[in-house]
Amino acid sequence: MNRQKTKKYIFSKGIDEYFSGVNDAWKFTTLFFKEVFKKPFHLREVIHQCIEVGLKSLPLITLTGFIVGVVFTKQSRPSLENFGATSWLPSLIGIAIVRALGPLVTALICAGKVGSGIGAELGSMRVTEQIEAMEVSAINPFKYLVVTRVLATTITIPLLALYCSFFGLFGSFINVHAQETSSLLTYYQNAFSSISFLDIFASVVKSIAYGFTIGIVGSYKGYHATQGTRGVGKAANQAVVLSMFLIFVEELIFVQVANWIRYF
Amino acid sequence: MEKTEQHIIMKEEPVISIKGIYKSFGSLNVLKGIDFNLFTGENVAVLGKSGSGKSVLIKIIVGLLKPDKGDVFVLGKQVDKLGRIELDTLRLRIGFSFQSSALYDSMNVYQNLAFPLTMNMKNLSKKNIDDAIEEVLDAVGLKDKINQMPSDLSGGQRKRIGIARTLILKPEIMLYDEPTSGLDPITSAEIIKLINKVQHKYNTSSVIITHDLTCAKNTGNRIAMLFGGKFLKDGKFEDVFDSDDEQITGFFNYNFIQ
Repeated sequence: MNRQKTKKYIFSKGIDEYFSGVNDAWKFTTLFFKEVFKKPFHLREVIHQCIEVGLKSLPLITLTGFIVGVVFTKQSRPSLENFGATSWLPSLIGIAIVRALGPLVTALICAGKVGSGIGAELGSMRVTEQIEAMEVSAINPFKYLVVTRVLATTITIPLLALYCSFFGLFGSFINVHAQETSSLLTYYQNAFSSISFLDIFASVVKSIAYGFTIGIVGSYKGYHATQGTRGVGKAANQAVVLSMFLIFVEELIFVQVANWIRYF
Repeated sequence: MEKTEQHIIMKEEPVISIKGIYKSFGSLNVLKGIDFNLFTGENVAVLGKSGSGKSVLIKIIVGLLKPDKGDVFVLGKQVDKLGRIELDTLRLRIGFSFQSSALYDSMNVYQNLAFPLTMNMKNLSKKNIDDAIEEVLDAVGLKDKINQMPSDLSGGQRKRIGIARTLILKPEIMLYDEPTSGLDPITSAEIIKLINKVQHKYNTSSVIITHDLTCAKNTGNRIAMLFGGKFLKDGKFEDVFDSDDEQITGFFNYNFIQ
């Protein structure tokens, strides 16, 4: 084989590759929206992936949500005590957990657990030619592997976020109950008295965005893995780093938009 | 490419016809004007060194890669001009056996074999699927491995299950990518026997990509030598073996020493 042509770059190798990567990611995302409404829908595989993403993450989400509730309550109590405002504790914790901590903690855990899993699984399938094997068997691998996984994360992560918020409040209640007499029902009533429909709606909407981000980034990195087993590790790692970064950027945007809606 | 006696005897339309194919990856020119024909019922072994573009050639045939230039006709259809649906319809008539076997490692043998059937033929009953699986497992001699996971199989068994998975769709053309690579001589001999059995039992036409002389000699009705992105010689094994071309003699000498 001869080396004849020398590739010319518009700017430099790094800059060209960056923009080429952004363009590829954009095409990958638009392809998802084209394929998601086309038959076949592979419902069985979507349900299977929902179980993989949702059910198998429940123990971790339960534990983390509970600990976040306990720790946040422990840290907030001394400050409120200084102002004699410990009765505001349920409202404060409720707002913090439902608006921000529940969705964010769930998204970050899922980015680590689910995003890396998708990146590694698809990356491994790519380097062992399993994706090509689907193509040559007249099976659309994008539809079967990517669309089903992105749908599963988009559906289950909002549910996990609500569940995480619920357990965060439960953890907070346990901490409060250890210090003063309070019933679970009263605690939840106090917590939810300060939470509006917009808070819950915004929480669900941003969790949908986080779920989509985790699914599409994990799939994109895994689907385009190269360089053998090294590439699989790289894909899993990049899936986590990039989805976490995008989740924080999205959080910033959602907070701004929700505040804008709240005050206008 | 030289015209062989076999070409003249078979005055049929080729099932695969490749005209002037070029393919590069960045600055690397892999295929440089390839012409190739495969006729009904014949096995052609494409021999060449590692990295000579053999695998690229069959990936172009099955539409996994697009050529930079040239035409590829498979069963009368121009592969590089087909849309997704037409390409998938054509791919159902082509079997592709991967070098790495490419078995789905999250599925057992039964599920690996059932997967292409259930995804492509929605109306098949469970009995039909079970019968088809039994038939291909019988053909590859691994009926007892039906519930095993790919990780529990040996390299040779994985290759055979990979071939069974392609046979289940009853292809007219088989493409084998390095079917004996990484296997011991006894297992290689079993795979060679299986390739010949598939040709006779399923009446397939095959392209066998290999750098293994034993495999090429025992499976190919015709040998095509691919060097530096071009076919240097095409004909019966003995004709190619007797060639005066330095690269070909060098290749044969090196393999015999090995």
